[in-house]
Amino acid sequence: MDNLLKIANGERIKRSDIPSLPFHVFRQELLQFAVNGGQIVHYFAYEDAGVLMVLAIVRSDAALYAAAAEAPEAYHALTADCEKFHMFEREIAEQYGVRPYEHPWLKHVRYHANYRQREDVFGNDYRQDIPGNYDYFPVEGEAIHEVAVGPVHAGIIEPGHFRFQCIGEEVLHLEIQLGYQHRGVEKMLTAVPRKRLPVIVEGIAGDTAIGHSLCYAQAIESLGSLPVDEGASIVRAIALELERIANHIGDLGALSGDVAFNPPAAYFGRLRGEFLNLLLVLSGNRFGKGLVRPGGVAYTMGQEQRRILIDKIKETKLEIAHVCDLLFTAHTVQARFDHTGTVDRETAEKLGLVGYAGRASGIAYDARVSFPTECYAGLPASINNKTDGDVASRAAVRREEVEHSFLLIETLLAREVATESVLAGDCKLAPSSLVVTINEGWRGEVSHCLLTDAQGEILRYKIKDPSFHNWTGLAMALRHQGISDFPLCNKSFNLSYCGFDL
Amino acid sequence: MESIVSFCFAILVAPLLSAIILKVKAFIAGRKGPPLLIKYYTLAKLFKKGSVYSTSSSFVFKLGPVVSFCSVVMVLLFFPLAGIKPLLSFHGDVIILLYLMGLGRFFTIIAALDTASPFEGMGAAREAYFSTLAEATLFVILLLFYRLNGSFSFAAFFTGPAAINLWSPTASLLLLVIVALFIVLLTENSRVPVDDPATHLELTMIHEVMILDHSGPDLALIELGASLKLFFYSAFITCLLYPFQLDNGYLNGLIFYALMGLIYVLVGITESIMARYKMDLVPKFILTSFALVFFAAILTMEFVQ
Repeated sequence: MDNLLKIANGERIKRSDIPSLPFHVFRQELLQFAVNGGQIVHYFAYEDAGVLMVLAIVRSDAALYAAAAEAPEAYHALTADCEKFHMFEREIAEQYGVRPYEHPWLKHVRYHANYRQREDVFGNDYRQDIPGNYDYFPVEGEAIHEVAVGPVHAGIIEPGHFRFQCIGEEVLHLEIQLGYQHRGVEKMLTAVPRKRLPVIVEGIAGDTAIGHSLCYAQAIESLGSLPVDEGASIVRAIALELERIANHIGDLGALSGDVAFNPPAAYFGRLRGEFLNLLLVLSGNRFGKGLVRPGGVAYTMGQEQRRILIDKIKETKLEIAHVCDLLFTAHTVQARFDHTGTVDRETAEKLGLVGYAGRASGIAYDARVSFPTECYAGLPASINNKTDGDVASRAAVRREEVEHSFLLIETLLAREVATESVLAGDCKLAPSSLVVTINEGWRGEVSHCLLTDAQGEILRYKIKDPSFHNWTGLAMALRHQGISDFPLCNKSFNLSYCGFDL
Repeated sequence: MESIVSFCFAILVAPLLSAIILKVKAFIAGRKGPPLLIKYYTLAKLFKKGSVYSTSSSFVFKLGPVVSFCSVVMVLLFFPLAGIKPLLSFHGDVIILLYLMGLGRFFTIIAALDTASPFEGMGAAREAYFSTLAEATLFVILLLFYRLNGSFSFAAFFTGPAAINLWSPTASLLLLVIVALFIVLLTENSRVPVDDPATHLELTMIHEVMILDHSGPDLALIELGASLKLFFYSAFITCLLYPFQLDNGYLNGLIFYALMGLIYVLVGITESIMARYKMDLVPKFILTSFALVFFAAILTMEFVQ
């Protein structure tokens, strides 16, 4: 660990301070860290003055570390020794054409040509449709049948392809292929004028608009030395919690609908709207778009808004408690939720699950506690009692988080601190710097990593949505489950397609 | 004449009754729900449309909806509604009728397999499995009725002085039969807790997934057939609840349709207060109905004759 640089969330680091290690030392160091319980926040490549570098940001439960190395054209995959790197190495291979040999499952992530016009690692011709030159993992046998779902689905959801290998009703293996929504966000963010950035960032994953724009705003504030007053911090935290409540409530309703238990589905559907409307009161947009801007918030919270929030929360808190009771005490619902789609703790740790999916499997990590931003430092943490890793646990964790969010919002509303409206202003970013920001979005750890060049322009913008970790968790949850339980498991994770596809 | 009117009325009113379930579910969930005539609107819409056929499907696919619809209509021809003699009847018709419904199901299943879609194959497998189990229950019920009544046709079961109903000395047995029939009704008509008629999730469907590829008039026939099938099972239960032997035919009819409505409301309530079973628990649920009627059949050994 001596070769890793300890950094803080949102702290501006000179790029020259990051230890640049020989690749074999870098590999050894990261593996040792990951095998001893560390998790990967970022592991990506970037080009600087014609040299390809790899940068890793890793975390323990309480600290962040950074290390870099010059990237070889091919190297012995870290995944061969530790599963935690599996998605990250595939991503590097896809983005920069670096081949990790002995990677156990080297396939494309999002299906696009690499940024360096190198020979494609996967042998794809990108004029063909996804999945191009790739055969899905086959299972052979007399009684095996294969079910393909998507990318066009029956409901109004995002596109993704699911390939099930089944024996009768039992799923042996689920392979998930995404990338249908790849928009090239990371590339776009370094190419467009800076004033467009907040709007693009809000669109990374529409349901996590606040989470992503917070990460962006904090990064720019750190690089541009912009101060944020306490009043703005409070509004940001309230917005993040409202986003969390709205999404969790919506998902609890959808879980109920998936097991054909209609009343809570209808009630939760309405209640979700109430919280989206509170975001509307706060920012003029039901998803909180346009609220968070570098330097503070674009809309201040006056006495009137504060009143509306307090009243609405008082009113809905009780209703939610009642509907939750209705859902969680129904025996037929318990029969469906319990022992369905279980991800045990060991698997969850190996995959590095984050957010409620991780907490339901017993990984307590919560970025609001480990790396607090805004005004989370003094606030109490959410405690989860049911951590069996099944659908029931993921549902219970959401309920606990909703209750916890109510507590946080009420605490924050009691602090009457005024703030000024901030409009997107231009600021000079510190040259040759690095900043990593982490926030606990409603799905889990959202993180952005920005690198600036010698002129203070953004050299590399790396985004990581929690879905990047958790999709593999869903695939594992389906092992040896009934295929008819897939929609239920899927909804209990409710991962983002566009947040993954970028 | 009376029989023809009764038969036509049943076909006309069946979609309305199906809409009652939707209304009840919506009411319990605190919503307004669709209008009561929704099923007619849907049918009218579908009949106006054209059908789309996949190039990979054959004539079997087109045959499915027609055969399954006709088989249900045939069954209703033999069924006495509100104590009125059916249009057709002969000794042993119940067996033919049950197999006619089996034929309808067979054609639905091969039409589903004809599309070569993995979903539809899965749905077909589930449908075949579950309805086989439900069939066992129905046959034990027939055996039981034969012991009680000595005849083998719907007309003889439910009309005339020896009609089987709850107001006779064998009522205790019939209570078990009614519960079992309700379970069969839920199974055969793809209702919660066996299947979810409202879901859009193909992987969890049983019946709905088999008709995903049908469109236009074909789908309309399937929808109407589904309403009639539900009507048949509800009528079966209704006949057990009340003898319909008043002199006034209108009063008989009124009581009949009131009881029918009650059963539809019960289905709606059942769907609102419970979630679906896990797929592997469904067979146990259906076999419960078999256990009930088998028990009832054993009891007849003791005190009938």
